[in-house]
Amino acid sequence: MEANLAVRMVNITKTFSHVVANNNITLEIRRGEILSLLGENGSGKTTLMNMLSGIYFPDSGQIYVNGEEVSIASPKDALDLHIGMIHQHFKLVDVFTAAENIILGLNEKAVLDLNGVRRAVKEICDRYGFVIDPDKKVYDMSVSEKQTLEIVKVLYRGADILILDEPTAVLTPQETEKLFAVMRNMKADGKSIVIITHKLHEVMEISDRVAVLRKGEYIGEVPTSQTNPQQLTDMMVGKATTLNIGRPEPNGLTERLIVKNLTVKDADGVKKLSNVSFTAYGGEILGIAGISGSGQRELLEAIAGLQDPEEGSSIMFIPPDKEASELVGRDPEDIYKSGVGLAFVPEDRFGMGLVGSMDLVDNIMLRSYKSGKSPIADRKHPRERANKIVEDLEVVTPGLGTPLRRLSGGNVQKILVGREIAAEPSLLMTAYAVRGLDINTSYTIYHLLNEQKAKGAAVIYVGEDLDVLLELCDRIVVLCAGRVSGIVNGRSTRKEEVGLLMTRLSGKENANE
Amino acid sequence: MSKAKKHEPLVHITKRGTLPLWHNLAIRAIGLAAALVVCAIVLYALTGLNPLKIYGAMFKGAFGSARRVWTTIREIMMLLCIGVGLAPAFKMRFWNIGGEGQVLVGGVAAAACMIYLAPNMPLAPVLLIMFVLSALAGAIWGLIPAVFKARWNTNETLFTLMMNYIALQITSFCVSKWENPYGSNTVGIINPTTNAGWFPSIFGQQYMLNVIIVMLIAVAMYLYLKYSKQGFEIAVVGESTNTARYAAINVKRVIIRTVMISGAICGIAGFIAVAGAGHTISTSTAGGRGFTAIIVAWLSKFNSFIMLGVSSLLVFLQRGASEIASQFDLNDFVSEMIKGMILFFILGSEFFINFKVHFRTARKETENK
Repeated sequence: MEANLAVRMVNITKTFSHVVANNNITLEIRRGEILSLLGENGSGKTTLMNMLSGIYFPDSGQIYVNGEEVSIASPKDALDLHIGMIHQHFKLVDVFTAAENIILGLNEKAVLDLNGVRRAVKEICDRYGFVIDPDKKVYDMSVSEKQTLEIVKVLYRGADILILDEPTAVLTPQETEKLFAVMRNMKADGKSIVIITHKLHEVMEISDRVAVLRKGEYIGEVPTSQTNPQQLTDMMVGKATTLNIGRPEPNGLTERLIVKNLTVKDADGVKKLSNVSFTAYGGEILGIAGISGSGQRELLEAIAGLQDPEEGSSIMFIPPDKEASELVGRDPEDIYKSGVGLAFVPEDRFGMGLVGSMDLVDNIMLRSYKSGKSPIADRKHPRERANKIVEDLEVVTPGLGTPLRRLSGGNVQKILVGREIAAEPSLLMTAYAVRGLDINTSYTIYHLLNEQKAKGAAVIYVGEDLDVLLELCDRIVVLCAGRVSGIVNGRSTRKEEVGLLMTRLSGKENANE
Repeated sequence: MSKAKKHEPLVHITKRGTLPLWHNLAIRAIGLAAALVVCAIVLYALTGLNPLKIYGAMFKGAFGSARRVWTTIREIMMLLCIGVGLAPAFKMRFWNIGGEGQVLVGGVAAAACMIYLAPNMPLAPVLLIMFVLSALAGAIWGLIPAVFKARWNTNETLFTLMMNYIALQITSFCVSKWENPYGSNTVGIINPTTNAGWFPSIFGQQYMLNVIIVMLIAVAMYLYLKYSKQGFEIAVVGESTNTARYAAINVKRVIIRTVMISGAICGIAGFIAVAGAGHTISTSTAGGRGFTAIIVAWLSKFNSFIMLGVSSLLVFLQRGASEIASQFDLNDFVSEMIKGMILFFILGSEFFINFKVHFRTARKETENK
């Protein structure tokens, strides 16, 4: 039994100022197994694994690797112990090739033996079924290729224990399958693999064992073969929750936004959207599906006035009881002044939607500070509004004066969505509104969107989880490489059909490519 | 290697949450005290002089007589005024290295008024015109790099720095044009007999008007940054232009407006330097304060009242240092060294405010027994 243990973490505790991220956690990783580390956001999964990979140092507790007590003070220590972690955000040098990235930081001989690296990489790839071109530059790679490179990198450095932090968050279903196949090969080769995730079906599919964390506490572990999604959900959230998302029938549909021939090019002149046309109705939730980077961001930003569409594009906005107006050619200030009730929850929370160093009140007033003629900014009303959002959405914060960067991702998102909804918009656009959020918070957000729909707002929901899209949305626009590859009914369409549309344009448009 | 690994590292560092104010102040006080102690040791080791005597002399140099006190206050106000001027630009993350040039063009405008207008006009309107023209000159000096930044995203650090040299050349040109007496290549004291265009004494104090103008500007800047809508816009643009655009802020307009305000206040500092202090103009009228003020603004996190404290400390060090240099026959480097060490400790205390350092304890060994 002991001999079969690769890693044993005993009574590990880690606190960040007042927050206990890991409380007295004991975890075992066996040789040749795939262990799922399951938990909601902020439950301490990544923190725990960061201590194993040398990013953090535990406040107390011991770590044993192969039965021997060790102290891991840096990622290098971890690698010396054959532990490697693949982080959610890749740590690669864009202008380097795959091979160069792999040997980066290794203190080898003065002369770079790139051919040797190529051979070794090829050997690793052949053994586990990776496909990688050692001479491809990172900036030319897709997300999936970058991830593959990260894995090959730690394998090249001799890792026997691999930790993957939410590896499937950025992958398409097909790519996920490939990754899982590789993981199985590595397991067969005797490697131990920890996969951090909160997607239950992946846990069921790939892992041998599941360890569950909740709010920094270790809840327990079960062999995957002896459990089911419902039991895992209960362990993860602490109480039984149904997995059903409500979808009320749309009522009183009115045309709200008519997008016609929308074409957007980026700074380099590359077409990000071409000839996109659809209509969003007040009283419905319109989903936007697609592999990330298919033009979702550009679409929402063009509507919000943050991107300049090309000639011939048209975005007609029809507010309730008001004249229709054209949004193309107007900047956000212009759109704001015209009183168009347009709310936008952008994908990049701190890069666009919020200011991390500012407190709750200042962030709430970000969208409304211009109101009134006084040169003095009114903070009284935003304060009331902030209080209400904190109360209604159960935001956990030490106070209204806390900089947002100190709050957890879920609370930050609640504030962002709460602010956008508080303005009573007639069009609400959300980009990956539940990305990185735990189940409870996600449901809070779905509920808020449904409320807006019931109030007659047009809701545009850009999502990545097809199950959610198909349960929440009335209609779904599927984007593929900047084009609309289909508009389907959310109630009657199967997941596979959407998946297919995401990866392939339908017949005639395909012929033009 | 594996043996060594069994030990915890000697120290490890974690980020702190928010500290209570007294704790915060205590850390800074300890930093300052540590700086004085270390300086004392170094001074004794290098010169063999009694460090307490040296500190005493520094204090006397800055505050030894009423005249010295007022000169110190005048210098503090100069530095504070420029610091307050730079604050909005830096808060917007616009690296205005051009304070020096903006002060100079403001000074040149003021000097021109003193030479051409003051002898023929009553004092009050002359001062008002000088105030406005200096501010305008500084604002234009800020406007030029701001427009280029807003429109073509040029690098403002280099641009404002280059503007300093242009201002310097303009000043040289004006000095040669106005030189008095002829051939001296200095302007000399302007209107030495009539005192036309000089700041009047208030309550018998020659530099009272300096204090009033600078403190008014400082308080106004505090309120502007903290409570006004424009101040909020500055903060948002400083954090992220993407967020600013999202929040329907016209980023170009905010950049241009803010840097003009910044330049205008620096221009006013030039006006004060000429009409309220030196009564002359030379290429050293700004005297490097445009750069020192950058430290003032950043150390204070753009808070006017903390800027007053930081300016006071820097001026005190500088005035005290020149005193000990002459009194103990030490050269200027000693004073520079003291200044450097004190700044080092003050900046170092920032680290201890943001981070907590844990030392390895004997806990584990006792546990294992």
